[in-house]
Amino acid sequence: MEAQYLREDASRIATAADRQATTRHECGSALRYQLASYSFLLPWLIGFFALTLGPALSSLYLSFTDYDLVDTPYWIGIGNYARIASDDPRFLKAMQVTFTFVVLSVPLKLTFALAIAITLNKGLRGLTFFRAVFYLPSLIGASVAIAVLWRQIFAGDGLLNKLLASVFGYEGPSWISTPGTALYTIVLLAVWQFGSPMIIFLAGLRQIPQDMYEAASIDGAGARRQFLKITLPLLTPVIFFNAVIQTIDAFKAFTSAFVISNGSGGPIDSTLFYTLYLYQEAFVNFRIGYASALAWVLVVIICIFTALSFLSARFWVHYDD
Amino acid sequence: MTDGSVTPSISGMRSHATRAVLYAGLIAVSFAMLYPLLWMVSSSFKPDNEIFSSWSLIPKAFSLDAYSRGWNGLSVSFGRFFLNSLLISLLSVVGNLASCSLAAYAFTRLRFFGRNFWFALMLGTLMMPQHAVLIPQYVLFLNLGWVNTILPLVVPKFLAMDAFFIFLMVQFFRGIPRELDEAATMDGCGPWRIYFKIILPLSMPVLATAAIFSFIWTWDDFFAPLIYLNDAHSYTVQLGLRTFVDSSGQSDWSGLFAMSTLVVLPVFVLFLFFQRLLIEGIATTGMKR
Repeated sequence: MEAQYLREDASRIATAADRQATTRHECGSALRYQLASYSFLLPWLIGFFALTLGPALSSLYLSFTDYDLVDTPYWIGIGNYARIASDDPRFLKAMQVTFTFVVLSVPLKLTFALAIAITLNKGLRGLTFFRAVFYLPSLIGASVAIAVLWRQIFAGDGLLNKLLASVFGYEGPSWISTPGTALYTIVLLAVWQFGSPMIIFLAGLRQIPQDMYEAASIDGAGARRQFLKITLPLLTPVIFFNAVIQTIDAFKAFTSAFVISNGSGGPIDSTLFYTLYLYQEAFVNFRIGYASALAWVLVVIICIFTALSFLSARFWVHYDD
Repeated sequence: MTDGSVTPSISGMRSHATRAVLYAGLIAVSFAMLYPLLWMVSSSFKPDNEIFSSWSLIPKAFSLDAYSRGWNGLSVSFGRFFLNSLLISLLSVVGNLASCSLAAYAFTRLRFFGRNFWFALMLGTLMMPQHAVLIPQYVLFLNLGWVNTILPLVVPKFLAMDAFFIFLMVQFFRGIPRELDEAATMDGCGPWRIYFKIILPLSMPVLATAAIFSFIWTWDDFFAPLIYLNDAHSYTVQLGLRTFVDSSGQSDWSGLFAMSTLVVLPVFVLFLFFQRLLIEGIATTGMKR
C-alpha cells in the first residue's frame, strides 16, 4: 500500500514538467511551450532558410543560367554543365591540381600525425611541450602571414635556396615560379600543419586499454606485432574520422594557393586549385552562372567522396563495442 | 611489466638508448617545424640586406625600423586593419556564443515538435561545403547593400551558421544532469530562466573553447573578407598583408615579416594562455561522434 503510494509520488515528480506543459492549462500551455522552444531555435532557423537552404536552391537555379550580376539570369539549360564536361581545359587542370593535392597532402599529413602521436604516447617526459610545438603550426597556418612566409622560403632568392647554396653549393630554382614544383610547396605547407589530427590521434591512443599491451607482451608479441594487431585496428575509427575531415578540408584549400600564386593559380595554372578557379570565375570574371555550376560539381564530388569513404569504412574500420 | 625483473639491465639499457633516439628525433622535428617561424620573427628585426645574406636566427643588428615602415607601408595604416579585424572577430565571438548556445540548448533540453528533423538538418549543414551557398549569399548581401560593410562577415555568426559550435555545445550540454532542469521546472522556472541560470553558468569551459576558436578562425579568415571588403579602409589584417605583398612584396621583406609577425601574435598569445582548452576542444570533437 505504502509502496504504491511512493511509486505514485515518484511518477508524479517525474512527469511534473510534462504535466505542467500539457494538463494544467491544457493545450494553451503546450502551445506556449512549443513557441518558447522555437524561440531558442529562431536564430538558427532564420539562418538556415535565409543563408543556407534559400541560397542552395538559388545557386542550383543559377547554375542553369547565364548571369553576370547585372542583367537578369538567362536560362540556358544544361549549357554550363555541358561546357564543364566537354569544353573547359581549365576545369580539367583545376581538377588535376586539386586531386594531386588531396592525394599527396592527406596521406602524408596523417602519416606524420600518427607517427608523432605514437612517439609522444610512449610516456616521454615533456609531452605537453612537444604537443604544443607540433600543434602550433596548424593553429596559425591558415593565416595569410604563413603563406607569405612560405612564398619567401621557396622564392628564387629565398631561405631554402640560401641554405642549399651554402650547405651543398647547389643553386636552386625559384620553387614557387617553376610549374613542376609550385604545387609541392603548397603540399608541404599542408603537411606542416599535421598538429590537429595528431591531437585527435593522441586522444584516440589514450583510449586503448594499457592491459591489452601487457597481455600481448606476456604472450611474446613484439613491438611491431603489437602495433599491427592492437594499435592500428583499435585506432581505425579515429583514422577514418581524421581522413574524412582532412580530405574535405583539402578539397576546400584556398588561401595558400591564392597568396603564393598572387591569385592567379600560376605559374601556367600549376596551382589552380578548384576553389581558386571558382573564385576567379565568380568574382573576377563575374560568370556567376558558370561558377554556380562549378560549385555544384564540387559539392557533388565531395558528397561522392564522403559516401564512398563511409561505404569503404565497413571493410576496414574496426568498431569493437 | 612484472616479469621485467628477469633481464633488468639489458631492457633498461635498450630503453635508455631508444629514449635518447626518440628525444633526439622529436627535438630535431620540433626545430625543423619551428625554424621557419623563428626565422620570420628574427628577420623582422633585420635590415633587408641581412635577410638575404644569412639564415641565422639571431639578427646581427637589432632594429625596429621594419615595424614602423610596415605599419605605414600602405595608404591606410595597419592600425586600422587591426581595429577592423578586432571588431569583426569580437562580434563573431559574441554572435557565435549567443546563437549557437541557444540552438544547442533547444536541441538537447527542449522537447518540441520536429526537433529530430531540425537536428538532422543541422548535422547535414555541418558536412555541406560552403561553396554551394557562397554565390547566392554574395548576391543577397550585394542587393541588401551590405558589401563593403562588416555585416556579411558578422550577421551569419548571429544566426548560428557555424554549426560546428552548435555540435560542440550539444556534446557538452548532454553531460549536464537533467535533474537540475527538472528541479528548476518544479520551482516554476521556464526554459529561458533554466538556460540563463543553470545551463550557461555550468558551461563556461565549452563557451570559452568556442570563444577562442571562433576568435582565431575569424581572425585568420581570408576568403570572406576578400570577396566582401573592397575598400582599403574596411580591410582586415589578412587583406592588409596580402595587399602589402602585392605592393611591396619583392622589395620590403623585413617590413612584410614585421607585419606578418604582428598578425600572428594575437593567435599565438591566445594559444599560450589557453593551450589546454584548445587541445581538449579538438580532442573531444574528434572522439565523440
